[in-house]
Amino acid sequence: MTAPLLEVNELVTTFPAETGRAAVVDGLSLSIAAGEVLALVGESGCGKSVTALSILRLVPKPGRIESGRIRVAGRDVRALPITEMRAVRGALAAMIFQEPMTSLNPVQTVGAQVVEAIRLHERVSADVARRRCVDLFERVGIPDADARFESFPHQLSGGLKQRVMIAMALSMQPKLLIADEPTTALDVTIQAQILELLREIRDRFGMAILLISHNLGVVNELADRVAVMYAGRVAEEGTRTELLAHPRHPYTQRLLASIPSRTRRGEPLAEIPGVVPSPGEWPVGCRFTTRCHRAFEPCAEIVPDATAISDTHRAWCHAVAREESS
Amino acid sequence: MSRGEVLLRVEGLRTWFPIRKGVFRRTVGHVRAVDGVELEIRRGETLALVGESGCGKTTVGRSLLRLVEPTEGRIWFDGVDLARLSPAALRPYRRAIQIVFQDPAASLDPRVRVRDAVAEGMETFAIGASDRERTERVAALFERVQLDPRAIWRYPHEFSGGQRQRICIARALAVEPSLVVCDEATSALDVSIQAQILNLLQRLQEELGLTYLFIAHDLGVVRYLADRVSVMYLGQIVEEGATERIFSDPRHPYTRALLAAVPSLDPARRRVVARLVGDVPSPAAPPPGCRFHTRCPEVFDRCRVEEPPSYAVADGVSRCFLSDPAR
Repeated sequence: MTAPLLEVNELVTTFPAETGRAAVVDGLSLSIAAGEVLALVGESGCGKSVTALSILRLVPKPGRIESGRIRVAGRDVRALPITEMRAVRGALAAMIFQEPMTSLNPVQTVGAQVVEAIRLHERVSADVARRRCVDLFERVGIPDADARFESFPHQLSGGLKQRVMIAMALSMQPKLLIADEPTTALDVTIQAQILELLREIRDRFGMAILLISHNLGVVNELADRVAVMYAGRVAEEGTRTELLAHPRHPYTQRLLASIPSRTRRGEPLAEIPGVVPSPGEWPVGCRFTTRCHRAFEPCAEIVPDATAISDTHRAWCHAVAREESS
Repeated sequence: MSRGEVLLRVEGLRTWFPIRKGVFRRTVGHVRAVDGVELEIRRGETLALVGESGCGKTTVGRSLLRLVEPTEGRIWFDGVDLARLSPAALRPYRRAIQIVFQDPAASLDPRVRVRDAVAEGMETFAIGASDRERTERVAALFERVQLDPRAIWRYPHEFSGGQRQRICIARALAVEPSLVVCDEATSALDVSIQAQILNLLQRLQEELGLTYLFIAHDLGVVRYLADRVSVMYLGQIVEEGATERIFSDPRHPYTRALLAAVPSLDPARRRVVARLVGDVPSPAAPPPGCRFHTRCPEVFDRCRVEEPPSYAVADGVSRCFLSDPAR
């Protein structure tokens, strides 16, 4: 088997808390093969965005990566000098964010920004870069690409801005695209357009995608595999079908059952009692134990190991471990 | 009035915002946020108002309470036209209609104890004989929305997002309204917390006989919760009908496109299709003819020149020439 394109091992990223530093990502491992779409899902505060930022070493201060190994296309990201890290960002792995407006410079035309990104990584003339930019705009479905080159970000709709961000990300033909809630700020009809575009990019360029999302519908539409995060760790991972049709971890099960469109009218929605505990206040054993309807004796004390359900499906849960061993 | 009677009827509602320019702030045009909206809600019913950003759904909600002044139209509530009332005459209706907003953090003053935030409306409308009685009522409301009544003296920041939304609901209920406008009330919440709030809203409706105008963009939530659905596009209602019919047999091409764009949760089938190209036109310059014709996959000549009226379809209406019985 070839080495995965992205490999994260036991990643720990911390932020200052009232007492010392609290781990927001705490021992997270995942991997993505070339051309694969992995969705990292979870609710606010579970650490999914910090995971994405850690991979590109973009964690904002005072946050920092404490330990763990991150390899992108065989290169140890944490050991790279910052100059080489810049080359990795863009050329190997690019990132798009939820709110394209905050990632674009408001006083520069979008064309100039993409050209700048291209010329930062490659020694090409301004003319060549411009032609490539217009070509990219066309590929990501920006109508009237030549004219749009001269537009300022505020002159574009949210959907078009996200297309510009995607064009910029594609400009270096990275092997991995990290998409952090790429459609969350968009209306559903525009979201559908962006989902189609991401699918096309993956098929045409064979690009792997790490999709960060809280929306399980979006995940189902795009992902090959899914990892569910809870309180800084992966709770369950498996193929899209395994996770959505046969979830085993009580958290995944409840999360799916709390979605209104999966529940019949008149029947109450499944609730997960309480709220996600803050980083630093996580239980010692299984992190979900305080809200879990299936918690039993070992859960509060002992961190559960992975239980393999199939070659691709694993859950970190004592109850699942007991079921599988009996 | 009993369940099933019409509680609210909106006719020809227009809310336009002036666009001003230059040193003299001359009006050079209007943003037609709401441009001829009809709505009807029966007592005890939930009507969902759905549509994408900028379609005017939030302005409809605010116009009902006259938080923004409607330009034209009638708002019949309990037999009285709210649009024509003087501010003084409107006051009792400000009590009867309450609104719950999307962002509970922004709608609670961080320096005011939650007891006082919830009791404020009671004081305004002289509910409760004394401060002590109001405090007891606040505690009772806390229990009703499943919050710890001992927490009433805390400040908003001591609560989670979901708990803060419960406080906002308690505040709305404090003045015993008959209609509650929920403006994207669960949109900012995580799905597991959203489930708690939706369950709560349903329970309160049963217990108190509340009527809801549920403004939302999440069609999954709407299908689960609403009795009837009104679909809005560029300031107008393009389709209205019973929830199940709207989802199983949508008539307006916009409704169909909207439903086709909703991601599927069924791993056996991925279904999202982007039927619409481009973006919504500006409400300051809506296209002539049918407002949807610039993006409609089924557009024909008539749509570009003539504005379709609302045609009766099945159990509701559709504003589309495809539903013209003369066709």
